[in-house]
Amino acid sequence: MAKLEYAPAPESRAIVDIASSYGLFIGGEFVDPDDGTPFKTVNPATEEVLADVSAAGPQDVDKAVQAARRAYNRVWSKLSGRDRGKYLFRIARIIQERSRELAVLESIDNGKPIRESRDVDVPLVAAHFFYYAGWADKLSYAGFGPDPKPHGVAGQVIPWNFPLLMLAWKIAPALAAGNTVVLKPAETTPLTALLFAEICQQADLPAGVVNIVTGAGETGRALVEHPDVDKVAFTGSTEVGRQIARSIAGTPKKVTLELGGKAANIVLDDAPIDQAVEGIVNGIFFNQGHVCCAGSRLLVQESVADELMTRLKRRLKTLRVGDPLDKNTDIGAINSAEQLARIRELSEVGEAEGAERWSPPCELPDRGFWFPPTVFTGVSQAHRIAREEIFGPVLSVLTFRTPAEAVEKANNTPYGLSAGVWTDKGSRILWMAQQLRAGVVWANTFNRFDPTSPFGGYKESGYGREGGRHGLGAYLKGAA
Amino acid sequence: MVTVLEALEGARLSEITATETSLRRFLHGLPGVDQVGAEARAAGLATRSIKTTAKQTAIDLAISMIDLTTLEGQDTPGKVRALCAKAQRPDPSDQSVPHVAAVCIYPDLVATAKNALGNSEIKVASVATAFPSGRSSLAIKQQDTRDAVAAGADEVDMVIDRGAFLAGRYGQVFDEIVAVKEAASDAHLKVILETGELATYDNVRRASWLAMLAGGDSIKTSTGKITPAATLPVTLIMLEAVRDFRDATGRQVGVKAAGGIRTTKDAIRYLVLVNETVGDDWLDPDWFRLGASSLLNDLLMQRQKTATGRYSGPDYFTLD
Repeated sequence: MAKLEYAPAPESRAIVDIASSYGLFIGGEFVDPDDGTPFKTVNPATEEVLADVSAAGPQDVDKAVQAARRAYNRVWSKLSGRDRGKYLFRIARIIQERSRELAVLESIDNGKPIRESRDVDVPLVAAHFFYYAGWADKLSYAGFGPDPKPHGVAGQVIPWNFPLLMLAWKIAPALAAGNTVVLKPAETTPLTALLFAEICQQADLPAGVVNIVTGAGETGRALVEHPDVDKVAFTGSTEVGRQIARSIAGTPKKVTLELGGKAANIVLDDAPIDQAVEGIVNGIFFNQGHVCCAGSRLLVQESVADELMTRLKRRLKTLRVGDPLDKNTDIGAINSAEQLARIRELSEVGEAEGAERWSPPCELPDRGFWFPPTVFTGVSQAHRIAREEIFGPVLSVLTFRTPAEAVEKANNTPYGLSAGVWTDKGSRILWMAQQLRAGVVWANTFNRFDPTSPFGGYKESGYGREGGRHGLGAYLKGAA
Repeated sequence: MVTVLEALEGARLSEITATETSLRRFLHGLPGVDQVGAEARAAGLATRSIKTTAKQTAIDLAISMIDLTTLEGQDTPGKVRALCAKAQRPDPSDQSVPHVAAVCIYPDLVATAKNALGNSEIKVASVATAFPSGRSSLAIKQQDTRDAVAAGADEVDMVIDRGAFLAGRYGQVFDEIVAVKEAASDAHLKVILETGELATYDNVRRASWLAMLAGGDSIKTSTGKITPAATLPVTLIMLEAVRDFRDATGRQVGVKAAGGIRTTKDAIRYLVLVNETVGDDWLDPDWFRLGASSLLNDLLMQRQKTATGRYSGPDYFTLD
C-alpha cells in the first residue's frame, strides 16, 4: 500500500435536481413534444438512468424554428446591441453563480471528471458569454462594415464531449450578433442544455430567442434541413458534417462545420521534457480523449524517444481513473457504450496491425463504460490508429528524424484541426507553426482554450472559425 | 539536450565535474524548464482534495517531516530549549502525536539544543557557511561548519554562493560545496539554493544538479530570509532533479522545502507534490523535510479537528 492513499473525495450531487422527465424548450417554456418520442439519458459511470428526455420530431422542430423566427422578427432584431449585451452578461453571471450545479450535472451526464467540469468547462462557458456580451454593442467596430446584420435564425447541432461548452460556443456569438437560435444537444448529454434553458428563463431572456430541442440524428437532420433556418452551425463527426454540407448545398444557408481531427503533438529533442510529458498527457487524456483537437498522434524525435517514453509511462502510472465526481479523478468514464465499442475496435486493430499496446495498471469499475489510458508504440503512418480519429484515451506514438520529417508526417492526414510543438527554441516554433496545416498550433502547451482565440480546422476538420472576432463574423451577413 | 542525462549513465561523474567548462556544458545541457507548464502542473496538483483518513495520514507525516526552526538574532538558550521541548512532544495533551524530524538553529546554539534533546531521535540541524547571505571567505565558511559539527550538529544547512552562481562561476560554487562537505564530515549536508534569488526555473534545475554532483545529501529551497521562499513549482523542479539524479547515478538525495509554509493546506500540497512526482521513496523524514515554525501548531489544530470533529482555538496549543 502506498504511504499516502487518497481517501474518496466525492463532490456532493445534492446540489442538482434532475427531473424524471423533460420536455422541449420552445418559445420560452418547456412543452411536451407533438410528434416526438421519449428516450433515456444515462450516467455513463454507472449506467444508471438519469431521466426521460423527448426526441423532437419534425413538427416539434418546425415549432421551434417558428418560435425562433417570431422572436427574431418581433423582439431580438429590434433590440439594441446594448440590450442584447445586457441579457448575455446576465446569463454569464448566472452561469457563474450556478457553476457548481452545472459542473456536477455535466460530470453526471457526460462522465468527465469533476476536476475538469469545475476548473475548465464551466469557467470557459461563463467566459464565452462574458466575451461575446462585450461584442454585442460594438458590432459596427468589429471590422465587418458600418452596420453588419445577423442572418436570422441559426440551427445549431452540438456534440457530447463538451456539452455545455459547445453550447456556449454556439449560442453566445449567435445571440451577440443578433440571431435567434434552435439548438440540439447530443442525445447522450442533453441535461446541461436543459438546465441552461432554465437559466434563460431565470435571466428573463425574451421567449423564443433560445430554443432547445433534444433528440438524436433525425432531430438534427430535421433542424439542419428546415427551410426557415438561415445559418447552420455544427460540431461533430466528419461523416455527419459531409451530410450536412450536401444537404444545404444549393440553399442560401450559411454554414460552419467543426469536425474531427488527428492532431500531431511534436516533441523535438530540445523540448522542456517534463512539461512535454504533461502536455502529452493533457493532449490525449484530457476529457478521456473525447476531444476533436486531441493530440492523438505523438511525433517524437528519435534521439529522445526512449527517454520520453520512460518518463511518459512513469507519469501515466499516477493517473487516477474512476468516479467522475471524485475530486481527485483524472480520467472519468467513456461517454457511451457505442463510443466504448469504437475505441475497443480501433485498439484491437492497432494490435492486429502490429503496434505495441501498453496501459498502466489500473482497476476499472465494474459498471459503466470504462477504458484505461492506452499508448501504442511502434506505430507507422500506414496504421489505422495513426489515421482514424479514435476519440478516446488512446495515444499513437510515431518517431521522426528531422524537423522537416515531423512536419511532413504531421500534415500527412486528411484532418487539420490542431497541432502541438515542443521545443525550447523560439525560431523552431515559428518555423513549424508556419508549415503546419492546422487551425490551431500550440507551442509548449496543448488543449488551451480562450474565448478570444479563433478555433477551427483545415481540410476534413471543417470550415469556419468559432471564438474571437472571427467567431462573431460567422453570425453576421457578408462577414465570414 | 535530453541526451545529456542519458550520457550521464555511462560517464563518470568526475569527468563532468573535472573542469569549469565541462561542468558548464553539462548544466547548460540539462533539459529546459517551461515556466508556464511547470507552474500549471504545480497548480494542478494543488487541487487534490485530501480528506478524512488521507488527511490524518498526511498531517502525521507532515509533523514528522518538520525541521522546527528558529533563526533569529534574538534567539536565546531559553528559546532553543523551549523549541526542543516542543519538537519532542508537539502536543503535551496527546501522546500519539509524532515528534518532528529536527530542530534547525544557528551554530552557536547547537550545544544547547543537543543538551536539551538528550537521547531523542530528533536531529539537530545547524545553518552554517555565513548563513543566510553566504558572503564570506571559504575558510570562514569551513570553520563555521566545523564549529557546528564539533558542537554536535547532526545536519548542516549550508548556503551556496548565489553571486558566484549568477556570475556563471559554477566551478567556484561546486568547489565550495565539496569543501563544506568535507568540513561537515559525517554530518548530513543540506545545500540551500536560495531559489528566490536564482530567478529562473532553469537555474533552479542547474543549481540542484550542481549541489548533487558536489556531494550534497539534500537540496533545500530557501533560507527563509527572503521572499519568495519555497514555492510549489520550485519544489517540483527540485523533486524532478533528485528523481533524475537517482535514475542516472543510483544515489538518492533528499529535498527540503523551507520558508512560507504556514498552514496544513500548504503542507499537504507539498506532500501531494512529493507523492505524485517521486512517490513513496521520498515520503519519509529522511528524504523530505518541511522547514517551518508556525506550521506545526496549525497541523496540531487540524489534527485535533480531524480526530474530534471540533476545532479548538490557538490558546490550546503551546507557543514556544
